[in-house]
Amino acid sequence: MSAAAGLADQRAVLARRNPLAKLAAAALLGFSLLFSLDPLTPALALAVDLAAAPLFGVSPRRLGRRYWPLLVSAAGVAAGQLLFTPAGVVDALGLGLRVLAVALPGVVAFASTDPTELADALVQNAKAPARFAIGALAAFRLMPLLADEWRLLRQARRARGVDAGWNPLAHARLAGSLAFGLLVGAIRRGVRLATAMDARGFDSGHPRTAARPSRFTRGDAALIAGAALAVAAIVAISVAAGAYRPIVS
Amino acid sequence: MDNRRWRTVDIVVAAVIAVAFGVVFYAWDQLWNGLESAFPGFPPLRALLNGVWFLPAVVGPLVIRKPGAGLFTEAVAATIEALLGAKWGLATILYGLMQGFGGEIPFAATGYRTSKLPTALVGGLLAGAAGGLLDVVLYYPTWSGAWQIGQVAVSAASGMVITGLGGWALTRGLAQTGVLDRFPAGRERAAV
Amino acid sequence: MNGTNGAPAGRIRLTGFGWRHAGRKAWAVRGVDLRVERGERVLLLGPSGAGKSTLLAALAGLLPEDSGEREGELDLGGLRPGIVFQDPQTQLVMSRAGDDVAFGLENHGVPVADIWPRVDEALAVVGFRYGRDRSTAALSGGEAQRLALAGALALHPSLLLLDEPAANLDPAGAAQVRAAVRAILAAGDTTLILVEHRVADVLPLVDRVVVLEPGGGVAADGPPEVVFATHGAWLVERGVWVPGHPVTVPGSAGPARPAERDRPLLLRADRVSVPGRLSTMDISVPAGEAVAVVGPNGAGKSTLALLLGGLLAPGAGTVTATRELAGALSGRPPHRWRAAALARRIGSVFQNPEHQFVTARVRDELALGPRRTGAGEAAVKSIVDDLLVRLRLDRLALANPYTLSGGEARRLSVATALATAPRLLILDEPTFGQDRRTWVELVDLLAKLRDDGRGVVAVTHDADFAAALADRTVVLAGGPPGSPAPAGRAVAAAGATTGGATGATTGATTRGATGATAGATAGQRSARP
Repeated sequence: MSAAAGLADQRAVLARRNPLAKLAAAALLGFSLLFSLDPLTPALALAVDLAAAPLFGVSPRRLGRRYWPLLVSAAGVAAGQLLFTPAGVVDALGLGLRVLAVALPGVVAFASTDPTELADALVQNAKAPARFAIGALAAFRLMPLLADEWRLLRQARRARGVDAGWNPLAHARLAGSLAFGLLVGAIRRGVRLATAMDARGFDSGHPRTAARPSRFTRGDAALIAGAALAVAAIVAISVAAGAYRPIVS
Repeated sequence: MDNRRWRTVDIVVAAVIAVAFGVVFYAWDQLWNGLESAFPGFPPLRALLNGVWFLPAVVGPLVIRKPGAGLFTEAVAATIEALLGAKWGLATILYGLMQGFGGEIPFAATGYRTSKLPTALVGGLLAGAAGGLLDVVLYYPTWSGAWQIGQVAVSAASGMVITGLGGWALTRGLAQTGVLDRFPAGRERAAV
Repeated sequence: MNGTNGAPAGRIRLTGFGWRHAGRKAWAVRGVDLRVERGERVLLLGPSGAGKSTLLAALAGLLPEDSGEREGELDLGGLRPGIVFQDPQTQLVMSRAGDDVAFGLENHGVPVADIWPRVDEALAVVGFRYGRDRSTAALSGGEAQRLALAGALALHPSLLLLDEPAANLDPAGAAQVRAAVRAILAAGDTTLILVEHRVADVLPLVDRVVVLEPGGGVAADGPPEVVFATHGAWLVERGVWVPGHPVTVPGSAGPARPAERDRPLLLRADRVSVPGRLSTMDISVPAGEAVAVVGPNGAGKSTLALLLGGLLAPGAGTVTATRELAGALSGRPPHRWRAAALARRIGSVFQNPEHQFVTARVRDELALGPRRTGAGEAAVKSIVDDLLVRLRLDRLALANPYTLSGGEARRLSVATALATAPRLLILDEPTFGQDRRTWVELVDLLAKLRDDGRGVVAVTHDADFAAALADRTVVLAGGPPGSPAPAGRAVAAAGATTGGATGATTGATTRGATGATAGATAGQRSARP
């Protein structure tokens, strides 16, 4: 199971921007689209996203390969609209594109962000409480181990004669059993990890220093400004074209 | 002794619960991706199963019993989902925060002193309602009022049953294994 | 516990020290009187339950007041403690090696300019082979433990506490850890208190042995030779591995062994391989024989166990079960059988017993298998009762499986595999982290199963276990790139040959995920105090 992070080429121009800037830009691009229902606005936004993605080191092709379920979801939403409501094709298209346009910026931002960098930025630049950010980061490190354990737990149950076949109820029970087993192992590990962290002074109340300084520069501010401009431009074009349809009308 | 302060083990285990659920959700996602794409799905019907997604919002406070447990656990779970490439991008985090808040309320109301079933049920209900509300606002704004209310109601009901009841049973089961001995929920079982 | 380095006293003093964890009736440790001078190297021994880990945690300052009850006095004499635990993966906090070592320094408010030089220094002392950017998830057990040591070392501790640091490691990894500890000790007059199971390996590192008695304070204290001479037998009886007291396994050379011709073939793997985890090999498993599969970490032992157990499909090659084993199902490979059919024919025992627990009571665990494979209630009850007695689990019949100690959990996992009466039993590292008593019991039990005409395959890096039990040993060559090639030992008991393991040191053999996690998670429940 590979995280989205690592999908990006870190040498790309914008990949090394402060994670908070990337996320803020992505949030701007994503959320501001939620206020209209037409297909033009999200289409424009998508164009911007796809053009910007390589600048963050993420190639659209790799995006497509990894996030094809997203396309399926968008199609599903559009189809659902068509089938179950009196809305027309245009509306359905708009909603489908909207799903994509909301999701994509976040995907690109996270794909080019390393979790440790994000935690550092949260603590140093956003003044988030260090213990919580680092504690969460430490737990996050255990994820590949837990993923492997999920597989192992399934195999262990199969060896005991427990499998699910085609019965959905049996599937649910098996899933519940797996989830429980995983949680027990995870919590055990978490307790041990917490002890090891305390052993190295984590809870000492001492003010922490930062081994990896994280800076928020003018370039980062410029990135956010650029995103805001792009949103303004998209909305302006959409309104000018007469396509803009706000949610609240 | 200030027992509102989060110990390291509180922080790490809350986060670990979120991570574990993240793995579970990812695995289920893989499983159901195929099915979901086959049926674009009647959202209110699908919302019946939504309760699963709110589990961190209730299991967090049930285990940790400190202020902010619901919020923190859900926030971490949502961030993980987003980092893993959740289909809804940054909106996931918004969902997480709202759901976490919903789950938090009844525990705050009882002063974080209990892991009893009613608190869990209310937490699940509120988390479910929050999720349903967000769904309606973000994804189904064109529906008629009746359908919108239906979506919220189904989501809330799923939250109450799956998240509240299920989460409570899950926590009790965990306590029995001895793995929660550093937490109030675990200490409440008989001395061994 | 911020001690100042260079404090004149540096004498650890415990007077009547005791600790009881919250929610427990019994005291974890009680009535301990101990004096340790600066620079001493102490080995802390004792049977399971004696409180060794609790004592180390207390010395490290990790027992907060609200988690239990304290008795007596504990004074560190100004020494600054650093502690390393047995599971590498739950001690590493960050995803890059250098960041992890820096973690402790950040916590103590060390200025940035000083952090990275100290990180590099610590990594150098422990002999860490990679750079700062090495991913912590990609480390072998031995490497990960060295990194954990570096993390503790960077804080310049004057008291080094090691809680079974090599328990979860294969012999190569354990050697790496010992080398790192030697280097640390050579660099200064660090006081050392070490808890370790396999005493013989660490004897050169220590000059004093302290034996703890469960609930009863210090039972013995002095130089190793003296302590082992006077208390050796008592320690052996309680399950401690004492050097100079070799293990004699009753019944492993029993006369009831089926003759050569009565050993029909049960399972065969032909030219199987799993890309990235196991290079092409063959193996045949007859009834009435115990086969040991040995090899370094990364060679694919656990993967082979999964293949033979019908839990994993081979990337290439075939695994075939004979009619003898599979009856009507022999036409299909085991990985395609339904789980209930599989459980009735092949039993698999995993490295970490907890992975196989499914129910909430020991009784129910034992009953699960038979019920799933269609036995009637009366039959189920008799099977369960029989197994409870045979594996000394009757006292624990109603306990939650997750609350069992390491040895008890291991016995339960073997019992559950036996409950469905499979003809073939496959075990992955069954003796990992076990004390002497359980070790002997396991060997005895497996020998009896083999004598009864069942097949036994044990994947292990415990050479003594292989020597005591195996009729045949299969050596898997290859391992993580850069590791020394194994010496290709063919440790066989009854004049056997080694099964074919084609493909020597394949540099491309990366550590499979299962292998890696297995190493890290095994022994989680080993010999708890």
